[in-house]
Parts: sequence; C-alpha cells; structure tokens
Amino acid sequence: MSPNIQLNEDGSLRHLLSLDGLPARILTQILDTADGFLSVTEQEVKKVPLLRGKAIFNLFFEPSTRTRTTFEIAAKRLSADVVNLNISASSQSKGETLLDTVANLSAMHADMFIVRHSSAGAAHLIARNVADHIRVMNAGDGRHAHPTQGLLDMFTIRHFKGGFHNLRIAIVGDILHSRVARSQINALTTLGCPELRVVAPKTLLPHDVEGMGVHVHHRLEDGIKDVDVVMMLRLQNERMQGALLPSPQEYFKYWGLTPDKLKLAKPDAIVMHPGPMNRGVEIDSDVADGKQSVILPQVTYGIAVRMAVMSILAGN
Amino acid sequence: MKIQIKNGRLIDPKNGIDAQQDIYIAAGDIVGIGNAPADFHANRVIDATGLVVCPGLVDLSARLREPGFEYMATLESEMRAAAAGGVTSLSCPPDTDPPLDEPGLVEMLKFRAKSMPGPRVYPVGALTWKLKGERITEMAELHEAGCVAFSQADTPILDTLVLMRAMEYAATFGFPVWLRPRDAHLVKDGVAHDGAVAARLGLPPIPVASETVALATIVLLMKATGARVHVCRLSSAEAIAMVRQAKSDGLPISCDINVHHLHLTELDVADFNPNCHLYPPFRSQRDRDAIRAAVADGTIDAICSDHAPVDDDAKELPFQEAEPGATGLELLLPLTLRWAKEQRCGLGQAVDLITRRPAELLGIEAGQLGVGAPADLCLFDPEAWWQVTRKSLHSLGKNSPFLGMELQGQVRYTIIDGHVDFERNHNNA
Repeated sequence: MSPNIQLNEDGSLRHLLSLDGLPARILTQILDTADGFLSVTEQEVKKVPLLRGKAIFNLFFEPSTRTRTTFEIAAKRLSADVVNLNISASSQSKGETLLDTVANLSAMHADMFIVRHSSAGAAHLIARNVADHIRVMNAGDGRHAHPTQGLLDMFTIRHFKGGFHNLRIAIVGDILHSRVARSQINALTTLGCPELRVVAPKTLLPHDVEGMGVHVHHRLEDGIKDVDVVMMLRLQNERMQGALLPSPQEYFKYWGLTPDKLKLAKPDAIVMHPGPMNRGVEIDSDVADGKQSVILPQVTYGIAVRMAVMSILAGN
Repeated sequence: MKIQIKNGRLIDPKNGIDAQQDIYIAAGDIVGIGNAPADFHANRVIDATGLVVCPGLVDLSARLREPGFEYMATLESEMRAAAAGGVTSLSCPPDTDPPLDEPGLVEMLKFRAKSMPGPRVYPVGALTWKLKGERITEMAELHEAGCVAFSQADTPILDTLVLMRAMEYAATFGFPVWLRPRDAHLVKDGVAHDGAVAARLGLPPIPVASETVALATIVLLMKATGARVHVCRLSSAEAIAMVRQAKSDGLPISCDINVHHLHLTELDVADFNPNCHLYPPFRSQRDRDAIRAAVADGTIDAICSDHAPVDDDAKELPFQEAEPGATGLELLLPLTLRWAKEQRCGLGQAVDLITRRPAELLGIEAGQLGVGAPADLCLFDPEAWWQVTRKSLHSLGKNSPFLGMELQGQVRYTIIDGHVDFERNHNNA
C-alpha cells in the first residue's frame, strides 16, 4: 500500500479524502478547531480573515445544492474566494477527462478543490494528480466516503454526549450504498466508541461489513435497544421499490423510526439524520421534529466543521 | 539460417529433459539436441551459459487490439511485446471491433500477423454474431479460416438456450468452446470482489456467485450437449472445486487462470489503483491460495497473461470507471517463475504451465523441443532481476499492477520459426 496520501510527512493533514486511516489525534484536532468556529457562526459579523486571498473551487461532478452551499458558506466565512462549478453539466459532457478538468482549474491558481463525484476514489485520484500546494477535500465520492459529514456527526455526538468512550450507537438504514455510513463507522471506531451497530435488511448491507468493526442487526427493535445515539440514513427513492426492497411502506413498518420504537433506546438518546429526510419512510415526523432530534443542530455544526477542515488544510 | 545454442540448461517438459544440452536449428526446425547433425555448420552460435532454454511460451489469451482498438495498442507493438516476453504462440480473443465473427476478418488478422516478426497467432472466433449472444456464427467456416476455438470473450450469453445451442453446434464439429463463467446479472455494475475491501471502499461488489452460478450452468450444459469446454480465468476457490469435481466426473473440461491472480488479492485494490481493476476481480487471500494450490496440483491446466493493453486515458480515471485489464505478455514468465519459487515447485513445472499444456489445449505442435519440431524457443535468465517500468515494457499498454516493482526472470532471446525475433543483451536490459 502506498503511504497515506492524506497526511504530510510530519503527520499533519494534507488532504481530507476519507476518515479511514486518519488517526484520532487529527479527528480531535478538527473537532476542537470547529468548537472555536462555532462562536464565529453565532457572531453578528460572521467572518474571519483566515483564508483571505485563497481560491477555493467547488467541483461538483454530481448535482447537489445543500452540501455545496454549506461548503460555500464555510469558505466565505473564512473570507476565501469561492468558485462553484457544476461540472456534470459542462466539461464532462464535452468529453473532457476528470484529470484534464482538474489541470485546467489548477492553471487558474486554485488553492483548494472541494470535490463531489459519483465514483468511489475520485477525490483520491485528484489528490494524487494535483500540484503540491493544492489541497483536496472530498465532499462525497460514490459509496466510499463523505468525511465532513462524518466529522460533523462526531461533533454533534461529542457536543451532546461529551465523548465517545461510553456510548452505544446504532446506524440505521441503507448502509450498502451510503458513503455517510462508511465515514461514520470509520470515525466512531477510531474515536473509541465501544459498541457500534448497523441495522438494515440484508439487501442493504455490504458483505463482510463486520470487518469494519460493527455489530450487525436486522431488526430495528434489537438494533436500537439501549443505545445512546440513533443515526438514521437517507433511503434513495430509486431503492425503495425493486429487488432491494419491496415498498416504502414495508420499509417504514419494519425499519422506520417511530416514537414507539425510539422508546427502546435510552431515554436520553439523540436522533440524527444527514438529510434530506424522507418523512414517513425512514423516519416518522414526530421523531424528526421531536425533542430527541438533533437534526437541525447537525446542519449548523456542519458549517463550523467545514471551516475547521479548510483552515487546517490551508495552514498545513 | 543455422543456429547453435550452446551451454544452456535445456528444459523440455514434454520430452522429460532438464539438462545442459546444446540445440541445433536449421530451416525453422530443431534438427538436433545434444549432438549436432552431420555437416551442421552454424551461421550463428548463441552462448546460453546461465540461461534456461525452453520451448517458446504459449499464451492462451492476449489482446492485440486490432482491428478496432488501435488507440490502445497495435498489432506491431503487441507482437513485439509478445516476443520480448518470450511468447512464440498466442491466441487472441474475439473482442475486437468488429468482433472476429467472419472468416474474412480472421484471414486478415492472420495475414497481417504473418507479415511481421513475432509470435504465431491463433485467433479464437466469436461464438455468436457480434458477440451479442443471439445468433451463432459460421463456426465451420471460421475454423477453416484459422480459428482454433470459439468464445464470447468477456461478454456472457444472457439467453441460456442460445448458449446450449452454441455448445451443441460446436460439439457437432468437436470444436472447443472457451467460456468465461460470468453471470451478467450478478456482476451488474460490480468492479471489485464482494468482500471486506469493497465494503470499506464502497466499490460496487462482484460476488463469487457470479462465477459459480455461471459455471454450474456451463457444467450442466456440457453434460447435456457433449461440448468440450475450456473455462477461462477462474478467480475463486469455489469455482476451482467445481472444476475439480467436473474433471473427476470425467467431463471434457479444462481451465486456466490469469497469471496476476497467482499473486494479487482484494487488498491490492485498497488504494483505488486502477491498474488493479481486472475482470474477474482479485479475490480474497483464501481464493488466491486455492488458485496457487490448484495450479500446483494440476486442476488448473494453464496460466495465461490475459494481456489487455489499455491506454492511459482509459485508465487514469476513478477505479470503477477505469477500463479493466492489465498488460501481461511481458509479465507471464516472471510472474509464473515467482509462483514456482514461492510454491516450491520446480522450473520444469513452471515452464510446463506456460508452454506444453497451453499448446495442447490449442491443439498445436508448439510447446516442445523434439527433433523435427518447429524452432520456437525462449532463452531466459532465471536469476536476473528487472524493474517493471513504463520504459521497460514494450507493450503500448503500461497498465500493470506491478509497475515500479522488481521481478526475477528475464527473457534474453526469443526464437520463432528459426529466427531470432528478439534479443536483449545483459548490460542493456
């Protein structure tokens, strides 16, 4: 295996591509830095000049408004210049290769690329092929990783639960296709969560998922029993009916999180969701809007966490 | 041209020879072994001290990319790569563009190949028209044009009835059918072994069942049709066990593996290296160990390169978008030797698996060094180390999982039909 492409020789963070292989010290550094930025986002003037003069390119090869916007806001609060490129609609359809696109944008003096792509490993490919001074942040690659989402989830858990060492956590839903789940699993195992469960029908679980350090449950009732944190995943529309699942109704009946089922978790358990939610498919509205839900704080923390990663990458 | 090769270690598994003996070549044939024939006056004497002299390698699967894919590689470049790899006979799958489904295309390919230095080329004809799996080809005509077997290359036949008819028709003439066991629905968009690494990297998985389900269909249809089948590129322990069983049941089945599968596993994919994107995928260590053992015990009949030169544009992409395949002609020998060394098998057994046994599967007289046989030879230094680099590969395809690594065993001379088609001196590797 090649040396860890995400780290500089001195062990500091160079690119953020995946939470797999990042030491706890770096994850904690990001969360601590994000703590500091949280106050910035609450000030009246929500801007610090840390990245003034830096050019950050949002390279979205896969359509997204929400995620792109959160990166954009984070960059602007750090005073960076942000360029948004929706590439699925331009160069790729003209036959330009991924690396050609990146080379062209590098020639425009980019300092950082934020990349979302439908293929696993796309951000790795770009990171391996950019000039030394350019930093790459993965904003989601295929089913592989969505590290900033994983980090903001860690920030949320730490904020509400104080740490990871005594927690029982369940991730519920479409693990197979979820880059969010993979990043959550990598982060939680690194940060020392003693009991991590995944809950899904067999059709939505990768084979050998146990190798990632999780316990597998197929019944929601077993999976969320006595947990401190329930992390729900989004179920894509196209997967609700077909060979993976028979119908959204059956999915909701057996794996949807309702107030009754949530009672099986610890009384002070928090409920998370990366958004956008399918109310009535994976989560009941009464849970999503209930007092145990921390879904909206997650979004707020997402900005602070992305600011933290950008400032750390730019500083290294 | 009369050539004497002296002082070499002659390895000829077919005739049971592993000894220092000289070899004499005239008019394209081997005319003497050990002792020179009367009145033999060599035009050229090759001193093979320290070298192994063995039959030229026979590769069951090498894509020459013509016609249709000249942007990846050309006949000239890949014929040269074959010679540089010690390969003197090869068969090429029909997955050209257009596919080898018409006698004229096959004749043209054979004619082009004959017009240039390099190995003898034995095309494998398409089993169905355009490889579409709908209409069977004119197999008898294709055979007359030079096809030695019929296959679908990497494209499985979806309609099982067409597969059965194709096997029946081939069996009418006794033509061997070469099939890759691949259930298209189970593979779908998969790119990596359905195991721990694919789970971690989020790569769409290819389950072992995609191989075993298809293989079970093939074996049952062999019983129904009487067809002779060569199963190409096995990758899993389960499939090997099934072939072993079919052989012990007396079915006319044989099989091969891609030489890369002797060494690599799913773990080699772990940093998204597109050069490790092959079909079938590298599987678990348990599968790899089963392959190595099955080659040693003879269940696997031959090792091939499954040479697939791919241009950089089609490889420098995210893993799942990269064109599958690895350049292999120049790695067949060193990777086979490495297996033999690690598995503690002799050089003779290693040579056998890439010469005599594939030649027998092709039904050609290559792969041996008897007096009167065509003078197709490979002379290699079994001790020499060399580095796999973009420059050291003659193939236009630089797509190797072994790029940058050092391998042991280097071809020094390749003699085809009595001509030295390739030579590399010691200092200028």
